[in-house]
Amino acid sequence: MEQSSKQLTGAEILIRCLHEEKVKFVFGYPGGAVLNIYDAIFQQNKFKHVLVRHEQAAIHAADAYSRSTGEVGVALVTSGPGATNAVTGIATAYMDSVPLVIISGQVPTYAIGEDAFQECDTVGITRPCVKHNFLVKDVKDIAATMKKAFYVAASGRPGPVLVDIPKDVTAHLGLFEYPNTVQLRSYNPVTKGHLGQIKKALKLLTEAKRPMVYSGGGVVLGDASAHLIKLIQSLGLPITSTLMGLGGYPSTDKQFLGMLGMHGTYEANMAMQECDVLLAVGARFDDRVIGNTEHFLSRPRTIIHIDIDPSSISKRVKIDVPIVGDVKSVLSDMNEIIATEKPAQNTAALKDWFQQIEQWRSKNCLSYAQSTEFIKPQYVIQKLYEVTKGDAYITSDVGQHQMWAAQYYPFDKPRRWINSGGLGTMGVGLPYAMGVQLAHPEAQVACITGEASIQMCIQELSTCKQFHLPIKVITLNNRYMGMVRQWQEFFYGNRYSESYMEALPDFVKLAEAYGHVGIRVENPADVEDALKEAFSPKLKERLVFMDFMTDQKENVFPMIPNGKGLSEMILAEDL
Amino acid sequence: MRHIISLLMENESGALSRVAGLFSARGYNIESLTVAPTEDPTLSRMTIVTSGSDEVIEQIIKQLNKLIDVVKVLDLNDGKFIERELMLVKVKATGAFREEMKRMCDIFRGRIIDVADGSFTIELTGSGTKLDAFIESLDKAAILETVRTGASGIGRGDRILKV
Repeated sequence: MEQSSKQLTGAEILIRCLHEEKVKFVFGYPGGAVLNIYDAIFQQNKFKHVLVRHEQAAIHAADAYSRSTGEVGVALVTSGPGATNAVTGIATAYMDSVPLVIISGQVPTYAIGEDAFQECDTVGITRPCVKHNFLVKDVKDIAATMKKAFYVAASGRPGPVLVDIPKDVTAHLGLFEYPNTVQLRSYNPVTKGHLGQIKKALKLLTEAKRPMVYSGGGVVLGDASAHLIKLIQSLGLPITSTLMGLGGYPSTDKQFLGMLGMHGTYEANMAMQECDVLLAVGARFDDRVIGNTEHFLSRPRTIIHIDIDPSSISKRVKIDVPIVGDVKSVLSDMNEIIATEKPAQNTAALKDWFQQIEQWRSKNCLSYAQSTEFIKPQYVIQKLYEVTKGDAYITSDVGQHQMWAAQYYPFDKPRRWINSGGLGTMGVGLPYAMGVQLAHPEAQVACITGEASIQMCIQELSTCKQFHLPIKVITLNNRYMGMVRQWQEFFYGNRYSESYMEALPDFVKLAEAYGHVGIRVENPADVEDALKEAFSPKLKERLVFMDFMTDQKENVFPMIPNGKGLSEMILAEDL
Repeated sequence: MRHIISLLMENESGALSRVAGLFSARGYNIESLTVAPTEDPTLSRMTIVTSGSDEVIEQIIKQLNKLIDVVKVLDLNDGKFIERELMLVKVKATGAFREEMKRMCDIFRGRIIDVADGSFTIELTGSGTKLDAFIESLDKAAILETVRTGASGIGRGDRILKV
């Protein structure tokens, strides 16, 4: 047990807690209510404080730091507007189950409830978008609360935890005593899956004629990738992944059918619809994944679902064989049983099933018409993949470019694909890239974005300059909010209501104004060379903002129209 | 179907709003909700009367269990249980009403706990349907004010909700 014999201020105690948790980066922005904490930060050097330009970016950067490392991300914001600015970031992390500890300043305890300057009910405002939150009213409670916060954030189904600390509490004196362990009688997340259920699931999978595996973000978050690969390869099963699960299974492997869902591949969606036994691993049958629920359920199939969160099971789709447990532990149990029992499989049926899948695959649903006139956004992503040898960390914003990134940059490793899947937050791309680059200073980090999304957190170009983050920003600039425009084209009679980005800045000059390198690319013939230049040793230390002027009318295909079923995709060839 | 859900939670500020917030955020019904500390002052016991399909009730139970402050959850409808609710009714007690109110109160085994010149206050406990029946049987014009606690429930026999 870490103890101090001398009295410390609440702020000093808080810093000591962060040291105990081996925190390397705190993303934050100072303000009145957190001045004591910032003063204590000034006097320590065990973690680095990353000053952002807007609190939303602090949370996003901490979030991406966590997504790319598996560690808990930490952010610090002031009371009132600091906390409200953080809410979008917190809700984003909550929807994607990312473990964060957010420390927010609060007005002094004696002023709470008096509508004090920069006061807001932070605990109340954040309650629906955190896994848990605390208001610390006594300096004696800081250490125990921080211990709980880190434990709750990282265990079970992870999520953001907020700790709200009034200013006077950070000034009061107390002894520092950091607990070794934490016990919460009301919170005991399950880890091991039920063995009987696991055996039942394996029996179903091995006897299946048309088995299918659907893997989600839980595999990435639960570091279960190696175990999933082992299971899939030992049973020779076809597998698809959600947007959040990409990289959990190598995308370049032949058993991988590509991403499923609204913009999933033809083969993945058809196999999902036509399978007789479906194994869902750390995924939650999201509306963007299975399309119309009734349509999905119109085909008979047996569904096995592994998830650490019991409330994810049978939430949207009735599950036949639920297995509540940590994905890694459950998959590891499965692999062990397979190794010892070597169950017989329905190999003839499986062969036929793969033949059917290959037939679907031969539709080549991701092919697109190349152009010498316009830069195709898909082509930019494909070239990015080649230039980075498929080994970059890719962050994205939200919209068409996000889907193209997911479709045309195959991820072979987990924690390489960082995007906002659940909440769909425009503006995350650049701050995400900051968190990733700080966590992996030597890695290639590219932010695939659009000219609309990037402007939602563009002020962070300043943070990137201050911390020398050599991120490559890949802007697919089609002068439209592309996904909005695509829906308006398909479902609103080409009435492009407010989806045209007028008065765009000159991004090259803007990048230069922030002290970075700007490159504009207007000709398809220049795409590859421009990317090579951006990733060349000459610009290794520099942030390069690439503004690709892409085909304005390009759409994302395949597409399942809203309310339609998995097998009711619109393909590019249909038009 | 109507369900009575009992839960034990940490007696901490904000715990109630976590539960209430969960119901509103996910669009679940609350017919009534009562909460008070238990014999263990660190714990509060809450009784929620809700309604929904089996799937909705299953999700409610799971979502309640997911709240960090919630220690234990029990759907009383999963077994035998007793339900009681307290109601106070202030009624007109003038002229002919005075005798009739006393008679109605006796029939429903209520007690008159306050007597004034023109009114009685009647205390009545029972299941929600019994309280409803009492209200139904009174002349609407005689009812001056009502207050109900919402249902509390407890399992029969060996069904015990305790930490």
